[in-house]
Amino acid sequence: MSETTVLPMARALNAGLRQALIDDPKVLLMGEDIGPLGGVFRVTEGLQAEFGDLRVRDTPLAESGIVGTAIGMAMRGYRPVIEIQFDGFIFPAFDQITTQLAKMRNRHEGQMTMPIVIRVPYGGHIGAIEHHQESPEAYFAHTPGLRLVSPSTPNDAYWMIQEAIRSNDPVLFFEPKSRYWPKGEVNFESSAAGLHQARVVQTGDDVTVVGHGAMVSVLLQAAKVAATEGTSIEVIDLRSLSPIDYGPILASVQKTGRLVVAQEAPGSVSIGSEIAATVAERAFYALQAPVLRVSGFDVPFPPAKLETLYLPDADRILEAVDRSLAY
Amino acid sequence: MPSSAPEAPPEEQMVQLLTAEGTFQPSASAEAYLPYVEKLADEDHQRFYRDMVVVRRFDSEAANLQRNGQLALWPPSSGQEAAQVGSGHAAKPQDHIFPSYREHAVAMIRGVDLLRLIEMMRGNSHGGWNPSEHGNFHLYSVVIGTQTLHATGYAMAMQLDGATNTANPDTDEAVLVYFGDGASSQGDVSEALVFAASYQSPQVFFLQNNHWAISVPVTRQSRTPLYRRADGFGMPGVRVDGNDVLASYAVTAKLLDDARAGQGPALVEALTYRVGAHTTSDDPSKYRTASELESWIARDPIARMRTWLEGRGASAAFFAGVEDEAADFAADIRRRTVALGPPPTAKMFDHVYAEPHPMMAEQSAWLSAYEASFVSGE
Ligand SMILES: Cc1ncc(C[n+]2csc(CCOP(=O)(O)OP(=O)(O)O)c2C)c(N)n1
Ligand SMILES: [Mg+2]
Repeated sequence: MSETTVLPMARALNAGLRQALIDDPKVLLMGEDIGPLGGVFRVTEGLQAEFGDLRVRDTPLAESGIVGTAIGMAMRGYRPVIEIQFDGFIFPAFDQITTQLAKMRNRHEGQMTMPIVIRVPYGGHIGAIEHHQESPEAYFAHTPGLRLVSPSTPNDAYWMIQEAIRSNDPVLFFEPKSRYWPKGEVNFESSAAGLHQARVVQTGDDVTVVGHGAMVSVLLQAAKVAATEGTSIEVIDLRSLSPIDYGPILASVQKTGRLVVAQEAPGSVSIGSEIAATVAERAFYALQAPVLRVSGFDVPFPPAKLETLYLPDADRILEAVDRSLAY
Repeated sequence: MPSSAPEAPPEEQMVQLLTAEGTFQPSASAEAYLPYVEKLADEDHQRFYRDMVVVRRFDSEAANLQRNGQLALWPPSSGQEAAQVGSGHAAKPQDHIFPSYREHAVAMIRGVDLLRLIEMMRGNSHGGWNPSEHGNFHLYSVVIGTQTLHATGYAMAMQLDGATNTANPDTDEAVLVYFGDGASSQGDVSEALVFAASYQSPQVFFLQNNHWAISVPVTRQSRTPLYRRADGFGMPGVRVDGNDVLASYAVTAKLLDDARAGQGPALVEALTYRVGAHTTSDDPSKYRTASELESWIARDPIARMRTWLEGRGASAAFFAGVEDEAADFAADIRRRTVALGPPPTAKMFDHVYAEPHPMMAEQSAWLSAYEASFVSGE
């Protein structure tokens, strides 16, 4: 077998989960329809057949129950990996995640660990009905005790899911659904970066753009167009949303003096807002323009026929890049 | 208004061994549980009595400490001692207990230093003990009903570990989880009952129906007697006289043994009464009548046990000894409470994450430097 294989992200996640199940008998998968069906996105396909229904568990249809019972299992040393079926269905579990999971270790003064991963297929571009295209990251990034990550490539997905499962802290793992199917190279030998490291995916000199998940491919598209117009864009994949790895972002801003932050979620009180505030605090003198946010509008995710107007595309990124440069 | 809800218990369905007057007179429904009470020796009876008296004294001392400004809050357990002492003793050492926030007697029985509860209510901690080093007694849970899911997950993990249902009742494990009549309306409790029934996890749901959820009567929570809900989830439901320590013990012990023997979960509804205020911040005179309170004081769990023990020949010296022990216990708690200093600052940052986290490092360093700036620079 060669070192790298070309796979879609959904298969890379499947391979990562499979490896985690092999590596540690305490790893369990729990969720709705993850057994014989393999999940509505087929990410867990074949895993119940291989590992049995005690380790790959179809649960009753109750998100708070899934997270709450996973907490109990983690208290006894298990490492549950939960699949939330869609972004918009995480909210019934919001209480267990924010008041229990996030605080459990602290409440025990370090004498309890909560190695739970919550996989959340999230984001738009799939033309689905209400509650199926949302980006709820900020709710959880606001909660101390949780970690949040989001892969943008099949390779990152393969490695980051395993690192998230090995973490002794609870990790919310945001999977960009629109990137489940495009293929990319997966290197099964070694990972490119640590779980909480941001990565410069394309170097440039004029403007820094950052984003995560599906937004990264949009940023790369924008950078390509900008290059034809003589603008050199540096693209950073956040990878980790909590904590945010500011090192590469600040270093880039020192170089370019301009920053555009992009996300599918509404802009108000968001990951992008947090980055803008922090960069303003720490790199004020390097900035030649205000940090600009490109985001979903502050409206409920619209009916799918309007989603291309709602979701930032390469043109919206370039519009912000132009505004930054015009400062 | 659900005022005409069928709350009155059909007597024959409530398991009772000791009447309110202290006579041993098992109800018809008590039959199945008698072997458990027959196994108890005089020392066990005396221990039950002692625990009820000590915890009541502790509880009133804690409420006094709150009134003296030593605690932010106290949730009294007075009136519920039999339900808690009986069920608490029913659990075996290997069992795990998930309390709500009023199970002071169970904490004591499982060996938790009750100063830990005081520290929580004083604002020194959010709990902070390791359950596996403290009688498998888990932390209090303040968000109503949440612990029922943790308990269920824990019981499911016992199954995965093969730690239950091996035909060895001395080592097979089970879970006992406490919650209230108000909590019975929470979605989490419903989900816990669904998961427990679905996976047949080894556990007993112990519902203390103390008739009030702060100011709201149980009739607002349910038009069905709560134990009957078990049927809808597919598990046995038993209503027990929660002011009868022997019945509370026997019912819980049997259902825990059934659970550890692979018969799945069960729900106990212990009928009792919160004689004190909901917490020290509450004013029960605003929502309940003196006559209701009086009617429950007449069913006091300690008085009836004392009458029964006296009838069996317990000596005056025994009762005096218990009183002394309770007074010493309370005095010790008071002494140690007033000696408590503030918690270390590090408590705020050190345990949020298991693994290094840049914000914790930065913010704790910033706070240290900020604090130091006042010491050195005035
Ligand atoms: C989710 C949630 N909602 C509200 C509260 C505030 N609260 C604390 S105790 C309580 C009543 C609980 O009643 P019950 O379950 O009967 O338990 P009891 O206090 O009688 O022991 C309420 C409303 C809470 N702690 N958690
Ligand atoms: Mg109550």
